[in-house]
Amino acid sequence: MLFKNHGIIERNSMILLIGILLMVSVGGIVQIAPLFRIEQTIEKVDGVRPYTPLELAGRGVYIREGCYTCHSQMIRPLRDEIERYGHYSLAAESMYDHPFQWGSKRTGPDLARVGGRYSDAWHVQHLINPRSVVPESIMPPYAFLEGRPVGVQNTIGKHLMAQVRVGVPYTQADIDNAKDDLIAQADPNADSEGLQARYGGKVTVRDFDGDPTKVTEMDALVAYLQVLGTMVDFKTYEPTKAENLR
Amino acid sequence: MSDNKPKDDITGVETTGHSWDGITELNNPLPRWWVLTFYGCILWAVAYWIAMPAWPTISGHTKGLLGLSDRAQVDQAVGALTASRAPMFAKLHATPLDQVAKDKALFQFAQESGKVAFAQNCSTCHGAGGQGAKGFPSLVDDVWLWDGSLQGIRSTLETGIRTDHPEARFSQMPSFGRDKLLEPQQIADVTQYVLTLSKQPADTRAAARGAQVYAANCVACHGPEGKGDPTQGAPNLTDKEWLYGGTAADIAMQINLGRGGVMPTMSQRLDPATLDALAVYVHSLGGGT
Repeated sequence: MLFKNHGIIERNSMILLIGILLMVSVGGIVQIAPLFRIEQTIEKVDGVRPYTPLELAGRGVYIREGCYTCHSQMIRPLRDEIERYGHYSLAAESMYDHPFQWGSKRTGPDLARVGGRYSDAWHVQHLINPRSVVPESIMPPYAFLEGRPVGVQNTIGKHLMAQVRVGVPYTQADIDNAKDDLIAQADPNADSEGLQARYGGKVTVRDFDGDPTKVTEMDALVAYLQVLGTMVDFKTYEPTKAENLR
Repeated sequence: MSDNKPKDDITGVETTGHSWDGITELNNPLPRWWVLTFYGCILWAVAYWIAMPAWPTISGHTKGLLGLSDRAQVDQAVGALTASRAPMFAKLHATPLDQVAKDKALFQFAQESGKVAFAQNCSTCHGAGGQGAKGFPSLVDDVWLWDGSLQGIRSTLETGIRTDHPEARFSQMPSFGRDKLLEPQQIADVTQYVLTLSKQPADTRAAARGAQVYAANCVACHGPEGKGDPTQGAPNLTDKEWLYGGTAADIAMQINLGRGGVMPTMSQRLDPATLDALAVYVHSLGGGT
C-alpha cells in the first residue's frame, strides 16, 4: 500500500515534486477551465448593451463609495427573492460589468432591478438624506454628490478604452464621442441623436438630479441606478428553454 | 517487513526510525473512523459527479442522472405559487373595481394582497402607511392631485405620472424663477397671494400685487379661486395639504423650480390583477370619491 510506503515519496524529491504538481494542477484546472467556457455560461438575450458614458461614470461613483459593501446586485433563483425583487439575475446582465457588482452582503436591499422602480427625485432625496424618505434606513447620506461635477468627464474616453481592454465592445466612435455623450444624456435639451444611435433608443435622456445647469455625480449615479436590471427584454426570454437552464 | 522497523520500547508502537538527540517519533496509524470518513467522502464525491451536474464538456456540461436544475426548480416553485393565487386574482381582475367591495371574501383578498404589494412597491415613497413625505403625496387623505377614484388610481398605477408611457398622466408647472419667466419681486408677491388663498397670514399689499401675477400666470391650471384641477394634476391651493410644504419659503421655492413628481409605470413590473388589488387597497386608505 502507498500509505505504508510514503517513505518512498518523502525520500525521492522528484517523485514528491511530480506529486505536488499533479495536485496543484487539479486545483488550477477546476478554477481556470470554466473561464475558457464563459461564452456558454452567458444566456443569449436581447437588449443588454454596454453602459453609456454617464452610466459608466455613475458606476464608478457606486464603486468608489463602496455601495457594494451593503448592496448586492444578484437576485438568486429562489422563490422568495423573485417575489420581492423580480426575475432572477442572468449572467448576461452582468457581462459588461468589469468588475461585476454581485456582492455578497445585503445590509441594504438588492439593487439588481432597482432601475425604474423609483423616480429620479426619490433617488436624489434618498441619497441626500435617506431617512427623509425611509425613516428606518441606516444608510449614510451622500449629499455631497449633489452639485459635485462629474470629475471623470474629461477622461471618460480612457475609461471606455480600459473597458475595451477587458472585453466590452465599445467602438472607436463610442470612445471619441464619450464626453459629448456623457453631457448629452443629462440634458433633455441637448442633441442626443448620436447617443441614441450608439447605445439604442431605450437610453433615457433627462436631467436626473433636478439641476440642469451642470452634470453632477448625482446625475451619473442616478442614471446608473435607473438602468440597473432594465436592459433584458424578458418578453422574448424563455427561462425554461434547455439552453437557459442551469 | 514490519519486523525490520524499530519499535518504541514503552508503547510497543512502531517508530519512524528518525532519531534526533535520542528522541524518536511514533508512527501511529490514523484512527479508523477518520480513514473510513475520508474514503467515504471520496466515494460521495464520485457519486455526486454521476448524480448531479458536474463536469464541463466540450459543448456544455454533464447533466447528471437526477437532471437537477436550480432554474427549473424555481420556475416550478413560482409556478405553484402563482397557480395557488390564480383563481382569486382571476376573479378580482374579472370583477369591476367598484363591485369588489360587495364581495366580502374578494374585498379581503384584494386588501391583503394590495397591502403586501404596497409594502414592497409603494411604501418607499408614499410611506409605510401611505402617509407620504415632502414631495411624495399622502394617500391617506381625500385630497388627490389627480383622479382619486378607484378607476383613477388604477389608471395612475397602470401608466404612471410623467413617465415615458404613452398614456401617462402628464403636466408640467413652469420653472418661473429658474427659467426667468417671472421677476424675483413678482414671485415674492404671488407667494403672498397664494398664502392668502389658504387663509394664512400674508402681506396684504404684496398679495394685492400678486393677485395680478396669479391671474396672468397661474389661473389656467390652478383656477381663478385656486381650487386646482385634478385633470391636469394641479393642486388645490386653498386647503392645508401641501406637497412641497406650505410656508412662504416652500411656496416661493416651488414657484421658482416648478417641481413635478414622477410616479413609475407600475404595469412594467406588476401584473394587472395585482394592480387591481393595489387600487382597491390604496382607495381604502383614502380615496377621492
